[in-house]
Amino acid sequence: MYVELKNITKTFQDYKASDNVSFGIEKGKLIGLLGPSGSGKTTILRMIAGLEQPDSGDIFINGERVNDIPASKRGIGFVFQSYALFRYMDVFDNIAFGLEIQKKNKKEIKDRVLELIKLIGLEGLEHRYPNQLSGGQRQRVAFARALAPNPQLLLLDEPFAAIDAKVRQELRSWLKEMISRVGITSIFVTHDQDEAIEVADEIIITNQGRVDQMGSPLEIYKKPGTPFVAQFIGQSSIVEDYSSLVGFDKVESMNQAIIRPEFIRIAKRGELKQYLSAAEEGVVESIAFRGNNLEVKVQVNGQNFTATRSLEKESIQVGEEVDVLIYRLYVFDEDRTYLLENKAMKDDNPVFI
Amino acid sequence: MSIKQDSVDLKKGAKITKTVLITVSLLFVIIMLVIPMLILIVYAFKDGFTKYIEAITDTYTIKALRLTIIATITAVAINTFFGLFAAWAVTKFYFKGKQLLLTLIDIPFAVSPVIAGLIFILTFGRIGWAHGFLEAHDIQIVFAVPGVIIATIFVTFPFISREIIPVLNAQGKDEEEAAALMGASGFRIFRKITLPHMKWALLYGIVLCSARAMGEFGAVSVLSGHLRGKTNTLPLHVEIIYNEFKLSAAFAVSSILVVLAVIILILRNIVEYKAKKGGR
Amino acid sequence: MEYKLKRIKRRRVIPGFPLSMGITLAMVSMIVLIPMASIIICASDLSLQEFIQIVTAKDVVSGYVVSFSCALIAAIINCIFGVILAWVLVRYEFPGKRFLDGLIELPFALPTAVAGISLTALYSDQGWIGGIFAKFGIKIAYTKVGITIAMIFIGIPFVVRAIQPVLEKFDPQYEEAASMLGANGSRTFFRVIFPEILPAMLTGFGLALARGIGEYGSVVFIAGNIPYKTQIAPLLIMSKLEQLKYTDATAIALVMLVVSFLILLLLNIIQVHATKRTT
Repeated sequence: MYVELKNITKTFQDYKASDNVSFGIEKGKLIGLLGPSGSGKTTILRMIAGLEQPDSGDIFINGERVNDIPASKRGIGFVFQSYALFRYMDVFDNIAFGLEIQKKNKKEIKDRVLELIKLIGLEGLEHRYPNQLSGGQRQRVAFARALAPNPQLLLLDEPFAAIDAKVRQELRSWLKEMISRVGITSIFVTHDQDEAIEVADEIIITNQGRVDQMGSPLEIYKKPGTPFVAQFIGQSSIVEDYSSLVGFDKVESMNQAIIRPEFIRIAKRGELKQYLSAAEEGVVESIAFRGNNLEVKVQVNGQNFTATRSLEKESIQVGEEVDVLIYRLYVFDEDRTYLLENKAMKDDNPVFI
Repeated sequence: MSIKQDSVDLKKGAKITKTVLITVSLLFVIIMLVIPMLILIVYAFKDGFTKYIEAITDTYTIKALRLTIIATITAVAINTFFGLFAAWAVTKFYFKGKQLLLTLIDIPFAVSPVIAGLIFILTFGRIGWAHGFLEAHDIQIVFAVPGVIIATIFVTFPFISREIIPVLNAQGKDEEEAAALMGASGFRIFRKITLPHMKWALLYGIVLCSARAMGEFGAVSVLSGHLRGKTNTLPLHVEIIYNEFKLSAAFAVSSILVVLAVIILILRNIVEYKAKKGGR
Repeated sequence: MEYKLKRIKRRRVIPGFPLSMGITLAMVSMIVLIPMASIIICASDLSLQEFIQIVTAKDVVSGYVVSFSCALIAAIINCIFGVILAWVLVRYEFPGKRFLDGLIELPFALPTAVAGISLTALYSDQGWIGGIFAKFGIKIAYTKVGITIAMIFIGIPFVVRAIQPVLEKFDPQYEEAASMLGANGSRTFFRVIFPEILPAMLTGFGLALARGIGEYGSVVFIAGNIPYKTQIAPLLIMSKLEQLKYTDATAIALVMLVVSFLILLLLNIIQVHATKRTT
């Protein structure tokens, strides 16, 4: 493990920002710390950087305990959410700042800064001031400034939060490519699951100061470890009374279930050729156009589900009676989740999605 | 009446309001601020130009001017030193009791100058608890130059920190954290990152502080003991000659202070203008 | 203990906390806190009875009344003209506006003693303005009117400078919206704009009032210091000091400090309420 946190606890007044947090990160990986706001993800990042001190627990970087090493000696590059570019220095001086502190000679500094400016594609703008740059350009400068002193670990706090939606998409792929080209171990914080899934090699999900789950995006999506993760990832609706649905039996102590839109198929009467016995009857409540598909809300026995339907298929109307086939759902209690398949479908052909 | 007529009426009404309000403002400023200035100049030259020169080149006037300048420079230097450290402590760190500290810094604003003088009499004067110590070491503060300087420092104490603190608060501490993370020393962070942000606010504070310091009357009056040529500042000197019914001389000496005040006002406006322009 | 110290030391990322905090606390203690404490130390030598006797003496009470009543009237007048001036400076364009704006600060820059003798010369019976009123038998200098005028002079910048930034930030769209709804000029002002500037005006009012109560230099000349009539409280302290009655001076000062503090506290509470309503 290159970066390791062991039993980290941190409290601000009466707010528990980190509650016995432990995890490890391999060298060279790009990690996304994902969680809702207030879940303690930024605190974890700031503690790794040394901007905050844990109340208890140990932080290791490259095998060395760094709790007592000041932030400036940890060899970390940090990209702030607001970028914190030095407003009274131009692009060149911003990037050169860390190198000047290391007392590199002038030639060396100039070479390295120009190399980085080339890397981030801002040649010719080295004498602009931060307020003369666009949001995306500022982020690139912040990235270059953090990389300049050759850190072993790069930390990014909500790197895309301050950028408008259009540029954000472009910057995501840019950042992912940059980081893999430089080959530096990186951790970034985000509250946007799409961002985490798209950019990160591995995702750590935080919730109320704890780490709920760590794994590859696909793993987390397919096997949510906790009820929170199951709800947080994907677009989920909660089912209070799942055992009343066809094909699902009550599991001991598991009172609630979560269904994702992709777990449900909505079919016009007569459209379903098999599994009819495994389907429920429902009424369409509302239909919304979501760009590349339709979001359909149906009511089944007094419970509401959200599903999607392809635009290619025959259209349905609000108030229409439809067949609702539920392939699977997650059942959960306080701290466990299980994937439950529709039993009634097993009688026929193998599962398909 | 048509809608058009209505809006014309409205505009006419607004124009009348504008004219009335501007006239009221001008009258107020002229009567309250401009005429007192004018009368000062007229009275200063009442007994002729030679008398004027005589009054402002009087030995005691020169000595008083010198003391005023010394007290002002000392107060500005000490309060700048304090203001920079206080602003750094208050805006870059979190600690308990910050609000209390800010209130304590502001106390001299709320205290009458006469009371400001009184507290130093009660501390260093004959009945003061520090008197024994001062006497043993042969230090004189009350009715001496140090007293004048201390009084000036007290009344202008919050001027500079109060100008810088809001500016640094608005700036946040991200930039300083970023620099500290790269290993920059405190002095380097201050000089390269914080100082450029607050330089205009600092200058503005220095200008205000100088204005108040050179004009301070009440507190200095309590502590100086009015020893002509020794502990008299320029405003105190004005009082003395005024009370001797040398009206024209009093106004002549005042005119020196007016010139200084006008210079300060001009500087203030330049600084404000530059700060607005340079606020990128 | 050593462990704890170390912890505190390394919690801060930005350097310089112990140094800057140390210097700040040391200087605040030396220049403000310890000298201010001397008042309490000195006052504690008095018994309650003595204290009451001093501060209820006839000349002392009349001093308080003169200082507080004149400062109050001056602060109210300053609020009226302060709003008008701030409005004119923010909303209208006219030749000489910048000059007018700069002049507002004159009472800050001008030494109080100089202001005091100028105002006295202007409003005395032989003065330019005082002379006009004297013809009708109205005296200004050496009366409470004179004291109030001096307090208006030193208080006006506080009110104008408090209101100006608020008006600058105030979006004219609100006024436009109000006038679209058919409100006339004065209605728009009192219902829409005035509530917005009220908290700032109260701040200015409080500062002007506090300054007026404590003011010495600009008032003492025009007051004339007629016992029981135009003797202001700071002057009483001054004369007690000249008579070397230190404890008397301290008692009078203590009452002034407490009352000023209560006024500021009260205004603060009103202000918090006023801001709550609008945000």
